[in-house]
Amino acid sequence: MRYVEALKIAIRSILSNKMRSFLTMLGIIIGVTAVIALVSIGQGSTRSVTSQIQSMGSNLIMVNVMGRGGESSLTYDQAIVLKDSNFIAAISPVISTSVTAMYGNNSVDNTTVNGVNGDYQSIRDIQVAAGRFILPMDDEGRNRVAVLGSNVARELFGFTDPIGKTIKLNGQNFTVVGILSQKGSSIAGSDDDSIFIPLKTMFYFAKNRDIRQIYIEATSPDTVELAKNEINSKLLTIFKGDTNAFRIIDQSQILSTVNSVTATLSLLLGGIAGISLLVGGIGIMNIMLVSVTERTREIGIRKALGAKKKDILLQFIIESLTLSGLGGIVGIIVGYVLSMVLGSAMNINAKPSLSTVLISFSFSVIVGLFFGVYPANKAANLNPIEALRYE
Amino acid sequence: MDNILIKIRNLTKIYKMGENEVRALDGINLDIEKGEFVSIVGQSGSGKTTLMNIIGCLDVKTSGEYFLNGIDTSKLSDNQLADLRCSEIGFVFQNFNLLQKMTALENVELPMIYKGVPTKERRQRAQMLLEMVGLKERMHHRPNELSGGQQQRVAIARALANNPHLILADEPTGNLDSKSGSEIMKIIKELNERGNTVVLITHDPNIAAQAKRIVRIKDGRILENEVVTP
Ligand SMILES: Nc1ncnc2c1ncn2[C@@H]1O[C@H](COP(=O)(O)OP(=O)(O)O)[C@@H](O)[C@H]1O
Ligand SMILES: [Mg+2]
Repeated sequence: MRYVEALKIAIRSILSNKMRSFLTMLGIIIGVTAVIALVSIGQGSTRSVTSQIQSMGSNLIMVNVMGRGGESSLTYDQAIVLKDSNFIAAISPVISTSVTAMYGNNSVDNTTVNGVNGDYQSIRDIQVAAGRFILPMDDEGRNRVAVLGSNVARELFGFTDPIGKTIKLNGQNFTVVGILSQKGSSIAGSDDDSIFIPLKTMFYFAKNRDIRQIYIEATSPDTVELAKNEINSKLLTIFKGDTNAFRIIDQSQILSTVNSVTATLSLLLGGIAGISLLVGGIGIMNIMLVSVTERTREIGIRKALGAKKKDILLQFIIESLTLSGLGGIVGIIVGYVLSMVLGSAMNINAKPSLSTVLISFSFSVIVGLFFGVYPANKAANLNPIEALRYE
Repeated sequence: MDNILIKIRNLTKIYKMGENEVRALDGINLDIEKGEFVSIVGQSGSGKTTLMNIIGCLDVKTSGEYFLNGIDTSKLSDNQLADLRCSEIGFVFQNFNLLQKMTALENVELPMIYKGVPTKERRQRAQMLLEMVGLKERMHHRPNELSGGQQQRVAIARALANNPHLILADEPTGNLDSKSGSEIMKIIKELNERGNTVVLITHDPNIAAQAKRIVRIKDGRILENEVVTP
């Protein structure tokens, strides 16, 4: 018998029991929907996290100093000489402290103030919404100027233009010279709630010159590794060979760490969804077994009229393949819509990739095949006499 | 020799039910020539259906020999037996055995699907056969929209689909009133007149008498082989 005939019989049988067919397909529909939605959202968040990390600044290297014995930090001079290298484009030591910021009657408690130099803007790709960022001359002149994160600016000034206004940080006057663009929350941290002042101004403001954090920009992606090695050997000399006294991290390290976490997570989500697809397959097997029993007499008649084992096998396998295939197609549509809706709610691009769609569809068909073989085989092996006697 | 369609020697069929054995057929010897019209009569439980199932290659014997058209059926594979059923044998059952979800036309097409007859040819032949049994107007009806006699006529048309040599009818009038019954018998006789070999199973002596030869069977054995004189 040709495949076309088997397909016609399958479609007729599926249509003749619409409700049951739909419920059978539901398992596959839910499975495929879950696979597509979860994998797409997983991939979407990975992409979004990756771009967030990349937005921290390109060719970024971060140095954290923990210190060794009495020497728990670097001096400014020790830090800034790291720049004497062919591989380093910019460097900014950072000192942070927490303050209460006030403008008029408005105040913001526990705001982070970072003392940075003029290089910091290019290292971190900082976008300024109004005014300007800290300049080298601010640092050299120990100017009492401040650049506000977008949230801080809004809370202190509301609709007033902050540029040129004087604010008080822990009671000391600073002139606002710039406002940062809104960055939104990000796993890479956000500057929206921070204030920036010149590093050398910070020395006096916080009465602290201990450098524990340095941001460095390598000259190119190819020199990141070279720069790291050079920094490493210089710091090892300072800390007398203690590798635990400092930590050097670059962006690709963060990326690969985060990527391996999200990849594991996507796999886990996909796996859970895959299990629901498997359960859908068992549903198909269950219904096919019922169908074989119900149609025992039909099978007997077909065999009496000359149907071979493989004809009956084909008929039932095509029926379960049609069920799972249709379920797969509906699942793709629902999964696609669900991914787009959830993606836009989560503010990520969760458009399912072609490979996700193809893989989950083929998986649903394979499930239909796998769970259809046993019932079909049972039908094909029915004894025609017993099948004809079946009431 | 060439003229023998069915040759049965010492055929037995034993059903094992746990410890018990049922000898449904117990040493059957039977020859049926091409073009014959034989009826097999006997009481209920005498083994008629069992014999028909074996002749029809639906069931296998326990021992003995069965040659169909010179072919030793015990040497055939499942697939070859299916091919035989498909092309050489047409079944007519007491309870019609039509597929309920299909129209009369589709039921008649079924054996031709398994034989691989192209769609158009299949349809034309099924229409022709239904016309022949007088169901031209009922072609697109389903079995539950047809009377018993009409259903049996569909079954006969289906049995003829692949133009088989042998028509096996197991109590074809058993579920019908006497009027439809005699209509069916008329069609069956016409088939024989046109050259089909017909084996008709019945427990009704009046029906049996319409055949050209009567084989009486009791407890799985053949009692007598009687030629009906018209
Ligand atoms: N599948 C079976 N299993 C066990 N016994 C059977 C089976 N089929 C038929 N028999 C027995 O074989 C005998 C002959 O049955 P059957 O050929 O159906 O008789 P008939 O058609 O003449 O009424 C009966 O005793 C019946 O009970
Ligand atoms: Mg019987």
